[in-house]
Amino acid sequence: MVFIAMAAGFILILIGFYGALTNRNLLRMIVSFTLADTGVHIVLVAVGALPGRTAPILDASVPVAEAVTRIVDPVPQALVLTAIVIGLGVTTLMLAYAYRLFAQKGTLDIAKFTELKW
Amino acid sequence: MIKRFMAVLLLAAVAGMFASLWLDFTPHETLTLTARYYAEHTAADLGAANIVTAIIVTYRGLDTLGEVTVLFLVATIVGLVLATAAAGRRADQAPAGELLMTGSRLLAPPILLFGVYVFVNGHLTPGGGFQGGAIIASGALLLLLADPLRTFSHRLITTVEALSGVTYVFIGVLGLILAGGFLDNRLLPIGTVGELFSAGAIPLIYSLIGLKVGAEFSSMLATLSATEDL
Repeated sequence: MVFIAMAAGFILILIGFYGALTNRNLLRMIVSFTLADTGVHIVLVAVGALPGRTAPILDASVPVAEAVTRIVDPVPQALVLTAIVIGLGVTTLMLAYAYRLFAQKGTLDIAKFTELKW
Repeated sequence: MIKRFMAVLLLAAVAGMFASLWLDFTPHETLTLTARYYAEHTAADLGAANIVTAIIVTYRGLDTLGEVTVLFLVATIVGLVLATAAAGRRADQAPAGELLMTGSRLLAPPILLFGVYVFVNGHLTPGGGFQGGAIIASGALLLLLADPLRTFSHRLITTVEALSGVTYVFIGVLGLILAGGFLDNRLLPIGTVGELFSAGAIPLIYSLIGLKVGAEFSSMLATLSATEDL
């Protein structure tokens, strides 16, 4: 299960990179980046998953005394929570800048933005 | 064509890297040292049932404060970048259908309530301030979808955001004075693990984060929606 999740995450990252490298439309590139982002999150959570264990929440089925042997690693999950929030912020910024670029040039085609080209 | 070929070549290299990582990976049998510490000490020290919440709000509370600051910056920059475009809005849009209007009016209050439920129970269930805030913002998004010309009170959003942010830092400083350190949750009684009023200041801090995140996401959505159509 962990391996399937991790492979899915890696494949998502690759799909995202492929989309970001081959698409010329800024919006499609942004969507590709969010795909790669999701892939990274899945890989991170999969790294922290221990086979046969449950979520790191203490309740009737996971008593405090047995927590060490019953729960998965909570640290990657906390990291991913942060990463998701920051990823959303980055996506919002990319969308806002894409909007500004469109307002300026009237196009979202990255090949038309030649100022930084050499 | 050559560009696409180069991209595929690059991706093949990255895929090879990933494949070797994937093949070498063996899941841990036991928790790492840090995770073991959290698993053993969270309930006794902080009284939180959800260990991820304990890490985010207390053990790594300063990082979360930084994260909230990043979100605040994003909301500000989005407002700044799109501000000049916000003038003059099209009013000739066809109104949303009856179904969407009534549905959004019916659903928005329960969505807001659910968001509040998620962040108030952040120390007990898989949820918390960021998730609850996102749910609240989804309620705001539904209202904007039903009526794109709707304007939210900027004063209200700014007030909620500023007040919750200042209170968050204030509670952190209180922890410095009354308990063990900055953002220490033990300035309130820890209580019994698993009850709503437990885990000291964690529910309070996470509720403030929830309000702040909800206000920030809503203001981002409102700015994006208020921007003039090209």
